Amino acid sequence: MTTINIDPITRIEGHLKVEVIVADGEVKEARCSGTLYRGFEQILVGRHPLDAPIITQRVCGVCPAVHATASAQCIDAALGIAANVPANGRILRNLILGSNFLQSHILHFYHLAALDYVDVTKVAKYRGSDPTLNSIKQFIKRGELAPFVPRYEGDYRLSDAVDREAVAHYVKALEMRRKAHEMLAIFGGKMPHQVGIVPGGVTSGPNVDQIANFLWRLNEIRDFINTVYLPDVIAVAKAYGDYAEIGKGVGRWLAYGVFDMGTTDVPVAQRQRLLPQGVADASHQLADVDEAAITEEVERSWYSDACGGKHPSAGATIPEPDKAAAYSWLKAPRYQGKPHEVGPLARVVVSYLRGVAPIKAAVDGVLAELKAEPGALNSVLGRHAARAIEAKFVADAMADWVTQLKPGERFCADQVIPETGQGAGLVDGPRGALGHWTTLENGRIANYQLVVPTTWNGSPADGAGQPGPIEQALLGAKVRDEANPFEIVRIVRSFDPCLACAVHLVTARGRELGKFRVL
Amino acid sequence: MPPRATRKAKTKEYPAIWLQCAGCSGCSVALLNAVSPTAKNVIVDQVVPGSHVSLKFHPTVMAGSGEMALSMTEAPAAPPSGYLLIVEGAVPTAHKRFGAVGEKEGQPLDMAGKVRELARNAMAVIAIGTCSSFGGIPAAEPNPTGCKPVTEILKEAGITTPVINIPGCPPHPDWFVGTVASLLLFGLPQAQELDVVRRPKRFFGRLIHENCPRRADFEAGKFARKVGEPGCLYELGCRGPITSADCPERMFNAAVNWCIKAGSPCMGCVEPEFPDVVSPLYRKTEEKDLPCIRLTAEGTLRAVKRPAAVES
Repeated sequence: MTTINIDPITRIEGHLKVEVIVADGEVKEARCSGTLYRGFEQILVGRHPLDAPIITQRVCGVCPAVHATASAQCIDAALGIAANVPANGRILRNLILGSNFLQSHILHFYHLAALDYVDVTKVAKYRGSDPTLNSIKQFIKRGELAPFVPRYEGDYRLSDAVDREAVAHYVKALEMRRKAHEMLAIFGGKMPHQVGIVPGGVTSGPNVDQIANFLWRLNEIRDFINTVYLPDVIAVAKAYGDYAEIGKGVGRWLAYGVFDMGTTDVPVAQRQRLLPQGVADASHQLADVDEAAITEEVERSWYSDACGGKHPSAGATIPEPDKAAAYSWLKAPRYQGKPHEVGPLARVVVSYLRGVAPIKAAVDGVLAELKAEPGALNSVLGRHAARAIEAKFVADAMADWVTQLKPGERFCADQVIPETGQGAGLVDGPRGALGHWTTLENGRIANYQLVVPTTWNGSPADGAGQPGPIEQALLGAKVRDEANPFEIVRIVRSFDPCLACAVHLVTARGRELGKFRVL
Repeated sequence: MPPRATRKAKTKEYPAIWLQCAGCSGCSVALLNAVSPTAKNVIVDQVVPGSHVSLKFHPTVMAGSGEMALSMTEAPAAPPSGYLLIVEGAVPTAHKRFGAVGEKEGQPLDMAGKVRELARNAMAVIAIGTCSSFGGIPAAEPNPTGCKPVTEILKEAGITTPVINIPGCPPHPDWFVGTVASLLLFGLPQAQELDVVRRPKRFFGRLIHENCPRRADFEAGKFARKVGEPGCLYELGCRGPITSADCPERMFNAAVNWCIKAGSPCMGCVEPEFPDVVSPLYRKTEEKDLPCIRLTAEGTLRAVKRPAAVES
């Protein structure tokens, strides 16, 4: 038996470590650890409520717009102004967030995930006249292959022609995701870390030239999604068909929903959203989200046990880096006491079960093309397909919204700061369900708690011994070559974790992992 | 463009190692927004003729994982050939567990240790972003993880490798690309090319207030009092009068917009004072001794001569 350590996993955001124990070629145990603590919740205490969207965006430079959205909705509620956000403000917030969705999904597939499936070095054999491919051929000939090599070897299955096309699309996708940020900046000022979304609405109103500018960048991206992104996902799925069986998750999905179509002054279960809220399970049971059913456990997290078992609105964050039983900086959020997967797959499952027609048609179309059953969605390939399907759905909707903007009309409600207040902002971001909760006292933030998507997906085990969703997706995975454990990184990356991640493979008799056993 | 063959023969490889510490990856994402050259040009092509930046280690971009990836940070070339170290994010120091860049032989590699190890032999260190340059958001009160800027980590360890700070939350990609191009074309910056906080004056040499498109409103005393009102944003907390960067001329994201054009006050994100000293962000600065602005007895603002250290 061999012991293999892999650390860090790259091409994900931030710092996350996953350790798995492999015996007889199969993952027997898995544990997922956040390895960076910055203390945002402590930093927010005592600050002015209007600063919260600016500060919390800095949690993540890849999906800041959803933190700004959740935070602004949270502060809207705490200020008691949620009902006053003008239609222009609501739509512009949606367009800013929607642009971030497109950027994030394209970036994830091409720049974070694709190098697990696409072999850049095959371009060395290229004989055509495409300048992009020829510049990459020159790069390969010079012989300094970083950052594309070293890498795992032995399972790149695309034909030379499809592979070359995918490499060209990797470069094209860089341009597309850049344009998605330009779209966002038209209304958000700049990106990453936009400045447009503020409590009450947004900082500037739409002009006709901005609308036209936005629409035509969007149309270019829509063409890319339809003619490049979706076909590439299908091409990868056809070559790696076994990944429709690999990476099955917990089979419970949670979505808060996203893109408000009406007032935000009602609980999440009553919101009209483009992508609807819901909690679903593998037997197709669907229920409304009950915010009160969310708790955070800390038995295996580096926080004082006093922080555990609480609803986030009453949550606490007291670090205890030397806590013996802990292995992660992530808390373990649970819904009705159970781990739930969040993200594009969760939203697509919920939308499908709610009968959202374009989503249902797109899912059925992809399944038919791949000759797969609906159960295949709960897999590595299912997550990639859900992301692409959602990108198309959101982009199409954005083209409608941008023409609903009314130049000259209000875009921000008056910001009145009360002495006390409470608020919650629950909204789905590119990577899943995101919640911000706050309590104001003396006109300042007295408590601020965040439960971010990767806390759901990457959570450690809880007190009941239930592993988190990524941990569970790893369990039972076959590892063909322990020196090149493609299966592990492909499973972890299919969740698009917003943390840099580290994976360890150790044998069943491996190092001191016994004390962390999760089975 | 010279013929391919001669370019190939002359290509000099500049290895670069990009460490991510206590940050958000926003600086890396910002670099992907570079327009000309593009991120692809920087990574794959000769960013200036005859020179190629070989990105040996970058956690968000690189193909390899685990020790395979970490091995790229070991034994990088010693001087004089050297390598460039780029640090994104502040460096947590209060506890080793607050931040690891990875793990080796079962032991976490703490960020401060890795920064020191790699900075020692680097030809230069670029601290990209405000966290790495000055501490930024993770070092904000109460600084729960003891985050420090790169310069402080190096100073404590007696490491004298030159550091260039490219702050901004995140920085404009041109500031980074321009600084790298300058290193490749002209070598290390001369002392007079950097300001007192080691920022290239080329990009950080003038106050935002000097070139602000709303300057006329400021002079006319026409101030916005609520979000969305026309006029100078000073009353809404604009830090343009105390913030040095070329944002008004350069603008962001292919120059489609920037903070003040979008109706948002400047938050001073390129300054060492961000975010604590300028907090609350949307409240007017209480003028006392701003470096370049004085409040007159009548309650209006007046520009004054900048301190000599910031003169360009």
